[in-house]
Amino acid sequence: MTGSDVSERVRALIANNLDVPLEQVRPEASFINDLQADSLAIVELVLALEEEFGVEIPDEATDKIRAVQDAIDYIVARVPAKS
Amino acid sequence: MFDLSGRVALVTGASRGIGRATAVALASQGAWVAVNYATNAAAAEETLAAMRAAGGDGELLPFDVSDAAAVTAAVEGLVQRKGPMAIAVANAGVNVDALLLRAQEEDFDRMLATNVKGTLFLAKAAVRSMMKARFGRIIAVSSVVGAMGNAGQTMYAASKSALVGMARSIAREYGSRGVTCNVVSPGYVETDMTAGMTDEVRKKLIEMTPAGRIGRPEDVAAAVVYLASAEAAWVTGQVLGVNGGLRM
Repeated sequence: MTGSDVSERVRALIANNLDVPLEQVRPEASFINDLQADSLAIVELVLALEEEFGVEIPDEATDKIRAVQDAIDYIVARVPAKS
Repeated sequence: MFDLSGRVALVTGASRGIGRATAVALASQGAWVAVNYATNAAAAEETLAAMRAAGGDGELLPFDVSDAAAVTAAVEGLVQRKGPMAIAVANAGVNVDALLLRAQEEDFDRMLATNVKGTLFLAKAAVRSMMKARFGRIIAVSSVVGAMGNAGQTMYAASKSALVGMARSIAREYGSRGVTCNVVSPGYVETDMTAGMTDEVRKKLIEMTPAGRIGRPEDVAAAVVYLASAEAAWVTGQVLGVNGGLRM
C-alpha cells in the first residue's frame, strides 16, 4: 500500500462518512466550512478513521484535524506504506 | 408493538429491585440483556434465571459503574461479543438518607459517584456504538425525589435531578444519530431501597397517590421497555414520571 493509496482511502472514507461527493473532498477543504461537518460529525469521522486504519487518534490530535489534508497527513504518517 | 428482538441491552444495578424487573421485562420482549451488578452475584443469578423463565436470555456482567475504565472495558467487550449496544439503562443507584445538618461528604461522594458519574460513564461508553449503528436508547433511572425534593434526602435528590440535565444534553447531542436519551422517574416503589420506610410514612404516601398504592418494580420496567422500543423514536429528552400520580 503506497502513501497515495492511503490518502485515497482517507478521502473515500471522508466522502462516505460526511455524505459528500468525493470530488468535494479536496486536500484544502475544511471540514466545518466546506464540508458542512459539525463537531460531532468530526468526532464520528475520527472514530471511523481509527477503526479503518487501526490507529488511536487522541483528542489533542483531533482538535488539529481541520482540513482533509490534516487527516491524510495524520494517517499517512502512522500507517506503514507497503509495496 | 415494543418488540425488542435482536437488540443488545445492558442494565446496571440489575441484581435487585427496579433493575431486575427492567432486565426481565426487556428480555421478555426479546432483547438480549447483560445483567450488571456490583457485589451481589447470587441476586444477579436470580435475575438471569427470571429472564430465562420469561423466555429471554443474557449474561451476568459485573462491574462498578463508578469506575470509568471498568465501564468502558465492559461495554467494549460486550459490543465485540454481541454486536452494537442498542439499549443502555443506567439504573444502578445508592442512597444514604440524612438531614442536611448531618450530611456527610463521603456519603454524598458515594451517591455522586454511582448515581451521577455512573450514568455518565455508561452513556459515554454506549453512545459510541449506538451512534455508529444509528440506533440507541439511553434511559436513566431518576426518582420523583429529584423533582419534588424530600426532607432527609437532600443529597440523594441532588444526585437524581442531575440526571435530567445530563439526559437532555445527550438527547440534543445525539438526536441526529438515531439515539434517544430519556429519564424514567419512579415514585415510591417496593424495593430493598424503600424497605426501611415506616408504616406511617407509607400510609401517608398512599393517601397522596391518586392510584392508591405504592409502585411495583414492574410498573417502572414497563416504562423503560416503551422508551427502549423502536416505536419511541420521537420521544427524547423527556422525563417520564411513573409514580401513580404522586407528582404531575
